[in-house]
Amino acid sequence: MTSDLAGIIERASIMLLKAATTILPPDVKEALIKAKEAEDNPLAKAQLEAILKNCEIAEKEGKPICQDTGLIIFYVKVGENFPIRGKLRDILKSATIKATSEVPLRPNAVDVLTKKNSGDNTGRYIPWIEWEILPDSDILEITAFPKGGGSEAPCAAKVFSPAQGLKYVKKFVVDAVAQAAAKPCPPVLIGLGIGGTIDIAMKLAKKALLRPIGVRSEVPELAKLEEELLELVNSLGIGPHGVGGKTTALTVNVDCAHRHPATFAAGLAFNCWAARRSKMKVYPNGEVEFITHKILNELWR
Amino acid sequence: MAEYHLKTPISESEIRKLRVGDIVYLSGIIVTARDAGHSRALSLLAKGESLPIDLSGLAVYHCGPVVRKKDGEWEIVAAGPTTSARMEAYEAEFIEKTGVRMIIGKGGMGSRTAEACKKYGAVYAIFTGGAAVLASRAMKRVVDVKWLDLGVPEAMWIIEVEEFGPLMIAIDSTGENFYEKMRTEIDRRLKEEVYPKIGF
Repeated sequence: MTSDLAGIIERASIMLLKAATTILPPDVKEALIKAKEAEDNPLAKAQLEAILKNCEIAEKEGKPICQDTGLIIFYVKVGENFPIRGKLRDILKSATIKATSEVPLRPNAVDVLTKKNSGDNTGRYIPWIEWEILPDSDILEITAFPKGGGSEAPCAAKVFSPAQGLKYVKKFVVDAVAQAAAKPCPPVLIGLGIGGTIDIAMKLAKKALLRPIGVRSEVPELAKLEEELLELVNSLGIGPHGVGGKTTALTVNVDCAHRHPATFAAGLAFNCWAARRSKMKVYPNGEVEFITHKILNELWR
Repeated sequence: MAEYHLKTPISESEIRKLRVGDIVYLSGIIVTARDAGHSRALSLLAKGESLPIDLSGLAVYHCGPVVRKKDGEWEIVAAGPTTSARMEAYEAEFIEKTGVRMIIGKGGMGSRTAEACKKYGAVYAIFTGGAAVLASRAMKRVVDVKWLDLGVPEAMWIIEVEEFGPLMIAIDSTGENFYEKMRTEIDRRLKEEVYPKIGF
């Protein structure tokens, strides 16, 4: 039973990686369509049309949306009562290797010291796994989040003083977006984490990118900040691929943690328009439910 | 804004006709090069050695493709452009020493590249970033691949393309730079419109 379960998780994870890299999540696709409809700058409209046409072909032909299929990252929530917890790392590593040749994905794991590309998207600590334990649960939840390099370059984190506070965090965001301009493949998705320590702020920023577009923070003040920042960055007029236009960002998602009395940390994460993420749930009886890409539920088995 | 259909090798006079905003569809041979490719090419040329392919009149593409081998032949699966800014450190010298006529990428390049385009007769053009499958449709054949020891993304892929585009000219051979103008406008908006709204 448990070895069957391992096989099921591996097979489903390969599908998850394929779906993530070849089919945009519905919320992202919808946001891009809305951006195209709202756009009156012809250069910007042409960019958005090319993006949407590309996604249509990628989905139809089962090919990666973007040649940069990212560094492979998984967000894993594991129920305290889910079996074979200890095997999950090996299973996800094996799924990564198989997906790399089956989809295919571009090998993107490079040794920092020797510069050698491992060729199969695995390496030291890679695929990276972010773990979370779900109390009173026997369910496994995996999100595949292949992260492209272009939108990683302008990511930033900084610790402000409490006196500088939110005002300086806002400036930090608009400055970074203005500086990045066309480089992270706008229209981008922006994640902002505030508080904690610098690494906590960055982790919150990254995790905020998992939240679907259109779902605002459950904290009303943060939801308001998200709207304010979105309007500010869009008023910069960078536009799709920096050719000008109305939509520089599709969303700004913010989260915060309690901070140290002496610090006010901020982490800023970018995702390109090809915001690839795909989530599934696995039940202990081996049943699999694909959440982001519901189409997979029909293909499964 | 005019539309051109060009074929490699591209002559200097053909390149000098192009202006920022023009659209080009390119046929012929393009060669991929990213950071490591540019770096290796320049160090080989500095030692007086020649490159695996004569780049004069050709186009260099900032791209690390997804590829697969089918019946012993390489096939391009997805091949959109990568961020060109990373190649700014190499490009001016690369244009000077190779005679390449067209640089294709995304996100814009800086003033050193623009100066080299003006001096040696070259252009920088953009293709929609991330639109990798769309780009690969124009790629008819992998002619050859060199420097695979650098890894698939950084290797030099020599590709035959047909009507690759639309490519928008972002730096022309007069040195005009679309993204530099955008930079000025973004900075103006940041300082005059955005800062006052957040109390700066």
